[in-house]
Amino acid sequence: MKWESVSDFFAMGGYGLYVWGSYLVAMFCIIGEIILIRIRKRTLYKHLGLRKRSILRGEK
Amino acid sequence: MIWWIIKRDLLLAMRRRSDMLTTLFFFIIVVSLFPLGVGPEANMLRMMASGVVWVAALLASMLSLGRMFSSDYADGTLEQMLLSPVSLSALVMGKTISHWLVTGIPLVLMAPILGIQYDLSVEALVVLTLSLLLGTPVLSLIGAIGAALTLGLRGGGVLVSILVLPLYIPVLIFGTGAVEASTAGMGFGAHFSILGAVLLVSIVFSPWATAASLRISMG
Amino acid sequence: MTINWFKYASPASFYFLAGRMIPYFSVATIIFLIAGLYIAFFSAPTDFQQGEAYRIIFIHVPAAWMSMFLYVIMAFWAGVGLAFNTRLSSMVASAIAPTGAMFAFLALWTGAWWGKPMWGTWWVWDARLTSELILFFLYIGFMSLQAAIDDPRRADKAGAVIALVGVVNVPIIYFSVQWWNTLHQGASVSLVQSPKMATAMLSGMLIMSLAAWMYAIVMVLIRSRLIILERERHTAWVSELKEGVLE
Repeated sequence: MKWESVSDFFAMGGYGLYVWGSYLVAMFCIIGEIILIRIRKRTLYKHLGLRKRSILRGEK
Repeated sequence: MIWWIIKRDLLLAMRRRSDMLTTLFFFIIVVSLFPLGVGPEANMLRMMASGVVWVAALLASMLSLGRMFSSDYADGTLEQMLLSPVSLSALVMGKTISHWLVTGIPLVLMAPILGIQYDLSVEALVVLTLSLLLGTPVLSLIGAIGAALTLGLRGGGVLVSILVLPLYIPVLIFGTGAVEASTAGMGFGAHFSILGAVLLVSIVFSPWATAASLRISMG
Repeated sequence: MTINWFKYASPASFYFLAGRMIPYFSVATIIFLIAGLYIAFFSAPTDFQQGEAYRIIFIHVPAAWMSMFLYVIMAFWAGVGLAFNTRLSSMVASAIAPTGAMFAFLALWTGAWWGKPMWGTWWVWDARLTSELILFFLYIGFMSLQAAIDDPRRADKAGAVIALVGVVNVPIIYFSVQWWNTLHQGASVSLVQSPKMATAMLSGMLIMSLAAWMYAIVMVLIRSRLIILERERHTAWVSELKEGVLE
């Protein structure tokens, strides 16, 4: 294992802020995009007046 | 046919001279504001002169894009033009040339006078003017595409700036680069040949793309 | 047996095909992401020059690559939609744009957060970062134009024109920014320089890129399905879908 301890892992050799700042924002971007898509899906389904969500996925 | 369109558009522009003057004064005011913002130190002004003049020219040329097709669109002339047997690209070329004559040429003529405000040397003034002479037609050509795409849209003015300004960047870089190269004592021929190449490419592609955009926008 | 590919060119069949494909690509995304992150944080060695800060490379480079690929793919499908009047390809093109813009933003953000420890400033007018910024503007332009047009067919075609003009311009912009950068003696440290990158670093980067690809595919498929439903809501197959008759 590369890292001596958990705190060592989070410190990233003194660059923790930058490394985790990048990775966290990447995660937020992805989550944000997924949430935006969810909202769009909800409003569309409501607009279409769909009853069952599973039907729409084209599954039996 | 192109001549006919140019003559007609110039005549219309002459009837509404205030429009033309507004664009020109916008250019003058923006360029004159910068020294007030950054301070009157001659060295700094000389360094940023080409950039300021070029950015102001970009904005001025962009602001006048809305007029390129909108009045013809509003009174139905544009629809007639689309139906006419003449090639639409030629019509578009004519309109682009007249846009350049009405907005580009005044900017080019005004640039040396504004350059004096920035304490530029005579050589730099000449290079700046020539770079604008080569570059402003490209602005009209690229801008025509944006103007055609946003025809009749709400908030078209702001939209056109988002579409067109990123595409202006190469012209800006090589236009200001020519002036900087000449003040640094290096050759500026390469910059001019690239600007010329960009101009040729846009002359070939832009009228065609603009005509396609007009057809799309008119449905 | 020959497969009739044109069958999938209709929005309705694509809708169902995409629905069946999404789970596979989602699983692939998760697998590649876990593998990539493991390599990024546990098996890739510390860089002798940049220390641990270089680990940002594992998102910065895939995000930058994806933003460029997606722009080209978007322009391609938009162009196909314009040339052959196929509605589906235009819908896919507009489904790609938000994901591409997200990756462009991510590349810029991580570039800044990498630049701070390496260059000492958040932003350097480096040729790569500047081109990425312009690419982000191009995405924004495409999306704003489409959002401003109410008629979907006009939006498709107008978007295609601006995407194609953008694709022609991207090499010119990149070249001019590079020229401008060398002229002004910009940053001397390049973000992705090391001539012989450790194989673990390289493989980590490639696997993270695969994860980004898979993620982009999932997002584009989901968004295309929503766009198809929006546009086709008055057609027979959607009402059958609503009734639950279809499958």
